[in-house]
Amino acid sequence: MSQALSADANTIISARGVVTRFGSQTVHDGLDFDIRRGEIVGVVGPSGTGKSVLLREIIGLETPVEGAIHVFGENLLAMTDDERNAYERRWGVMFQEGALFSTLTLQENVAVPMREHTDLSRELIDDLANLKLMLVGLEPNSFNKKPDQISGGMRKRAALARAISLDPELLFLDEPTAGLDPVSASHFDDLIRQLRDALGLTVFLVTHDLDTLEAITDRVMVLYEGKVEALAPIAEVRSRARGWVQEYFSGPRGRAAQAGHSGAKAQRAGA
Amino acid sequence: MTARSAAFDLADRVLKLRGDWTVWTVGAVDADLRALSDRLGPGVTIDIAEVGKVDVAGAFLIDRTIRGASFENTETPLELVGENQQLRRLLETERAALQACPTPERRPHGFVAMLERVGHAMEDAAREALANLSFFGATLVTIGKLVLNPRRMRWAAMFHVMETAGLNAVGIIALLSFFIGVVVAYLGARVLLDFGATIFTVELVAFSVLREFAVVITAVLLAGRTNSAFTAELGAMKMRQEIDALRVLGVEPMEALVAPRVLAMLIMTPVLTFVAVIAGIIGGMLVCQLSLNISPALFFTRIQENVPWTHFLVGMIKAPVFAVILAVVACRHGLNVGGDVASLGKETTASVVQAIFLIIVVDAIFALWFMEMDL
Repeated sequence: MSQALSADANTIISARGVVTRFGSQTVHDGLDFDIRRGEIVGVVGPSGTGKSVLLREIIGLETPVEGAIHVFGENLLAMTDDERNAYERRWGVMFQEGALFSTLTLQENVAVPMREHTDLSRELIDDLANLKLMLVGLEPNSFNKKPDQISGGMRKRAALARAISLDPELLFLDEPTAGLDPVSASHFDDLIRQLRDALGLTVFLVTHDLDTLEAITDRVMVLYEGKVEALAPIAEVRSRARGWVQEYFSGPRGRAAQAGHSGAKAQRAGA
Repeated sequence: MTARSAAFDLADRVLKLRGDWTVWTVGAVDADLRALSDRLGPGVTIDIAEVGKVDVAGAFLIDRTIRGASFENTETPLELVGENQQLRRLLETERAALQACPTPERRPHGFVAMLERVGHAMEDAAREALANLSFFGATLVTIGKLVLNPRRMRWAAMFHVMETAGLNAVGIIALLSFFIGVVVAYLGARVLLDFGATIFTVELVAFSVLREFAVVITAVLLAGRTNSAFTAELGAMKMRQEIDALRVLGVEPMEALVAPRVLAMLIMTPVLTFVAVIAGIIGGMLVCQLSLNISPALFFTRIQENVPWTHFLVGMIKAPVFAVILAVVACRHGLNVGGDVASLGKETTASVVQAIFLIIVVDAIFALWFMEMDL
């Protein structure tokens, strides 16, 4: 089974020659990349370049036409459902709209994965669900509310709490800060980085938020015209950028994000 | 990936933890560790040197043990010895986040709670009736405005509904009504044979299909087919904020969504009822021909001679009334859907059940009234 594609044991996701087509439209035209354990990788690219599709392919919700994706060193697509199940519990996913179960309270939402998959007692599950909600910075008085009774930012946090419910090694985030105000968004960025540091997560995030890219990613993966245009730390991507990538990073928003970030860095250094 | 199970033992006032402490393994030691907390007091140390993998769940359990034990003497919490950076970091993160939690509300049980629910249900029923009436009123006002200003009418939407909810239902309604005609004719043949009056089967079929079966079968089928569709459509639009978007764009949902549906049903239900009448009569005629030797010619002659025209009208006049009931109930429940998925299911069910209920009740009222009128 494990015809390891990469000799590096540190590689947690590796893709080789991934091709995705919808009808006659080719979305991915041979993607190759490796994601290393413990890093935060941000995926960017123009709308329609299949960022979310790539995420869905890695977690097995969709299947590429050609190529292989190995997660934890295994080709999950070649496995039976039962075998794959054991691996699926080692990652957490936060969908763009949160996808919280609307009939359950926040606490029950976070408890669902533990109820389904572990042998923990009900009491301990409740305690752990509360703890996860506190870790993402929610106030206890919101734990018994339903998702439609709280704000969008709180929903995102609750969705993150559910994603880390089973203490995954790998966390997938689809547009984590979309629709948040800048203050909430930057808090969310801090939160993701803190969780990564505390829990030793690997984070694969799809985003359009340049501030997020500047603030928390270790490497940025640029998808452009069906290929991986770049996979490197943001400073490097920026310095070598041309074409769309250059426009993306050196447009007014890109420059503002960079300036804001280096300003914040200077402040932190000064303090 | 092989996980080692979590384990601990207490000796010489040292609680020694071993193995992996993760969400997958701590279930086994949870109860034992809780039971142990009485025996842990000041002076006990926790040795974490042999802890392998650890995650938030494991750290929580260890932290709970520490907190539980030093409950009476917060001055000297249990001491951790041994090195495990991951665990220490997790404990730190966790303590920073931990706050007191309210327990989830539990609803009362038992007899009192049942009485309470019955009371609420009665109140809800009254509210529902009032809400249906007021929505009916609002619909009338909207349609009245459209009559005064026909240029605002959304013809395309109306014809679309007429096709999907009306025309596409012709087949199933004709088939159902045909079989009802067949069943009624067999029933008549069976009962009337004892009196040697099988020829009256013709009247039985004609009376029942014309007055009741055609229109009620049509309405009940539409309640199942169209009400669920209307409610789900409008409900999904409500959930996705499309209704709000319409309002903001200055388009009144009553006018753009409700009125075309009500009017389309108002036109198509009588048409479908007529189709059902014909299909039902044909069903009855077929049985008469095949098992009673009553020829179609005789069948129709008897209908013409013995079944007054009013029976047809009595049936048809109910069709538009049922149409309005169906469409109003469906649209009201659709617009009533809230933000969560459960309410969509609840409203759709309520829409179908209420529509069928109202149709049967109103049909009974009609029957009473027509009898008093000698029709």
